[in-house]
Amino acid sequence: MSSYYVTIGLETHVEISNTKSKVFSNAVNGFTDKPNVNVSPVDMGFPGILPTVNKECVRMSLMMASILHSRIPYYLYFERKNYYYPDLPKGYQITQNPPEETIGNGGYLDIRRSDGSTFRVEIDNFHLEEDAAKLTHLYDHSTINYNRAGVPLLELVTTPSIHSVDDAITYLEYLRAIYQYCGISDADSRKGEVRCDVNVSISPDKDKLGTKVEVKNVNSFSNVRETINYEIQRQTELWDAGREAEIEQETRRFDEATGTTIHMRSKVDAIDYKYFVEPNIPKIKIDKDWVKEIQKSIPELPYERMDKYTKEYNLSEYDANIIIKDIKTSNYFNECISLGIDPKTAANWINTQILGVVNDSNNDIEIDTINVTPKRLFEITDALKTNKISSKQAKEVFKLVLDEDLDPDVIMKEHDIVQMNDDSELESLVKELLDNSTEQIADYKSGHTNLFGYFVGQIMKQTKGKANPVKLREILTDELNKR
Amino acid sequence: MSYMNKNIEEIHEALINKKVTSDKLVKESLKKSHEVQDKYNAFVTILDNQNGGKVTDDLLSGIPFGIKDNYSTKGILSTGSSNTLKNYIPIFNATAVENLYKHGAIPVNKTVLDEFGMGGTGTTGHTGIVHNPWDSTRMTAGSSAGSACAVAAGVYPYALGSDTGDSIRKPAAYCGIVGYKPTYGMISRYGLFPFASSLDTCGVLTRSVKDAAIVTDAMKGIDSKDMTSWDSSNIHLASDLTSDVKGKKLFYIKEIVDKKNYPHMTKELENHLDNFMEVVEKCKSLGMSVEEVSFPKDVLEALPSTYVVISCAEATSNLSNLTGFSFGPRAEGKSWQEELKNFRTTGFSPLIKRRFVIGSYVLQAENQDRYFKNAQRVRRLIVDLMKDAFKKYDALILPVGTGPAKKLETDEQVNTDETAILDEHLQIGNFGGFPSITIPDGFVSDLPVGVNITGNCYDDQDVLNIAYALESAMDYKNQIAKEMK
Repeated sequence: MSSYYVTIGLETHVEISNTKSKVFSNAVNGFTDKPNVNVSPVDMGFPGILPTVNKECVRMSLMMASILHSRIPYYLYFERKNYYYPDLPKGYQITQNPPEETIGNGGYLDIRRSDGSTFRVEIDNFHLEEDAAKLTHLYDHSTINYNRAGVPLLELVTTPSIHSVDDAITYLEYLRAIYQYCGISDADSRKGEVRCDVNVSISPDKDKLGTKVEVKNVNSFSNVRETINYEIQRQTELWDAGREAEIEQETRRFDEATGTTIHMRSKVDAIDYKYFVEPNIPKIKIDKDWVKEIQKSIPELPYERMDKYTKEYNLSEYDANIIIKDIKTSNYFNECISLGIDPKTAANWINTQILGVVNDSNNDIEIDTINVTPKRLFEITDALKTNKISSKQAKEVFKLVLDEDLDPDVIMKEHDIVQMNDDSELESLVKELLDNSTEQIADYKSGHTNLFGYFVGQIMKQTKGKANPVKLREILTDELNKR
Repeated sequence: MSYMNKNIEEIHEALINKKVTSDKLVKESLKKSHEVQDKYNAFVTILDNQNGGKVTDDLLSGIPFGIKDNYSTKGILSTGSSNTLKNYIPIFNATAVENLYKHGAIPVNKTVLDEFGMGGTGTTGHTGIVHNPWDSTRMTAGSSAGSACAVAAGVYPYALGSDTGDSIRKPAAYCGIVGYKPTYGMISRYGLFPFASSLDTCGVLTRSVKDAAIVTDAMKGIDSKDMTSWDSSNIHLASDLTSDVKGKKLFYIKEIVDKKNYPHMTKELENHLDNFMEVVEKCKSLGMSVEEVSFPKDVLEALPSTYVVISCAEATSNLSNLTGFSFGPRAEGKSWQEELKNFRTTGFSPLIKRRFVIGSYVLQAENQDRYFKNAQRVRRLIVDLMKDAFKKYDALILPVGTGPAKKLETDEQVNTDETAILDEHLQIGNFGGFPSITIPDGFVSDLPVGVNITGNCYDDQDVLNIAYALESAMDYKNQIAKEMK
């Protein structure tokens, strides 16, 4: 761990995934594996095309700016960021600049750590822009996929106000949750919907920032973690060796193969983007009543749900935190509760069994499409609660429902999974076993108490696991005492 | 019997009365296109396989017209008169073109312009120089050079133009026809190859004010693809056209018209200015008042450079899409940077490249305030002056240029600094987005000259009415170019 004071700033680009069309064209905004299908002349930058602003994107931006406590301007306008690159069909990106004129200026987010403490991330600015096309570099050529060109992109720039790698990740996870909860984006990094630029500096002096290094295009949270850790280590080594002057204000990129960062360009080589106002989009007055309406429509946010879970349902902070992290998980949990599953039982099942399956990278099962629906989970937990099945059997039923996509009662019937709850039946089975086990009983009495398990196992074997284990133990204890 | 030298209403009547068919009109227009092409080089493409169309009650139905080659036309080569797009066939129509198609209008050719509209001579298109049909040793001016030439030569009654500084109104004057640039946003720019988006305006070149009104009625309208377009459905330019302009108040700018400003003026300029003062008298005889207004000279003198800074800045960004990657002839190169560089280096003419350098320079972070932002300030200053004047007056009237069309090659030494404002003042119309029309107002050295009328935004009807009345009081309506020599 570094002995220096770490300061981190994050620029997060999140693609809006939940609008019908792109931000400045009427092409479909949707993820597909088929290249160059969601494309209009506007996205190709053909001569004569003009941008038109997608109002739904503006609504989502205003909602997000409100959640970030940002100042919303009177007028909305866009600027051109001019540079040449094969993924940029028009030769400029329509974005917002300067920071103080963007759709969200300033603001903050209060973030909760898993230990219950909180920290504040300050926002520099928040703005709406368009994504570039996607370049794929192959062995001897590159391909351009224009599906991504013009996809709405929300960029959130924090001030250098984060001071540990864990805080950075906690912030990013919460941010992703907000985007999901508001129906703005799935924020799925596997689809490239979240990309970060990471700024890291270290300093021995808490009140004096060290030289900032920017790492561009870090495309997953785990890579953000690696990037920050690597930069802290790299910069720490330079400081420790008294070579801190060698830390220059530069742009680097994260190299996934080596887990390191590599120099791209120095500040002196910084590109002059020649920003100027996009003349084809007139200044749009932002209606205050509309903003109020949008603010009223902000849905229940992750921490609100978390408070409900811990206060009303008495879940632990730990369990609640896992559930709220992903809106689909939280929605699944809410549905379980409304069906009547005990909150703690639901939380246990979700955090162990369900997420165990969902997070298993060997399958592509998602929680909103898993065969074990909340209703089926209710049936399983209900059978367990009413002693129809044992907890071991419940897990078995869960696995079978998952694999066979059938209702639990069908599964239980087909696989003959029922619990033997009849006392007299169990008693006679136990008596019969003990009558034929004189030797083992003697051993047991002489102190080999682990033979208790042997007896349980025999009965379970005989009943094919159907014996109610609690009752079995009671009866077995009684009968052994009698002998 | 030829029809292409008539006005739209006359041709329409002939069609309705079955004196002629649309097919015959197209044939006549194509034949004239080839004659004009041979003599003046006005076209990039002639649509030889074009057929006539259905004739309806619509005035434009079945009648041929020309399209400036910076309008995107689906399935028809659209080059912007640039080598960078010499093979580019668009997959979509410009809204203005689409609107005319809906009215049954029949395109017969695509006309030459100065490369991407960036020029005022008609000499910089990739297919060569466009010659003036009144005197082929002279220029048409530009950038709507081919359109002006063809309409003046009687190829058809109208052709589309675009106007960023004076690109419709200057060539109209040099070719003795009408050139109309409506209020910014009245006609959608979707599909017009951009030069400087905040100044670019679609418009039309015709031989009469009424034809300009008829065509603009058909082209205009709010367009969901152009956020700067506006709803003009309550404006009916042609049917509301009237020559009753009694009581209209005009003004001209003293610093532009007063001969004292041009101590070294040529005889042509002197005649042009005298002619203008006669036109002013004609306006008065129509019941309008014309007053002389003084504008600050320093603001006027800053006009040309303001225009250069703003238009070059926007142009350098607007034309950054031309890389040869997704369209256009891909250049050779070892890397994408090299391909891009080769494409742009060989594709653009030196004149355009010069403008890109200026545009990049004035947008650079360290220069932006001094040049680009200052130009915006001057633009606002001049527009404010005009808006103030429009509180009192209905329109501004000024002579176009320094006289008739200039020689393509000349040894004449002209002091251009002195006459810069006279040559460039039409840019005021683009700075403010004002409706502005040029009509022919006489002859100097046996060549046509023009007068311009510019009004306040959205006052297109007033501007056209004044031009209509003035046109009726003069003898240059519907004139066809004839070479004097």
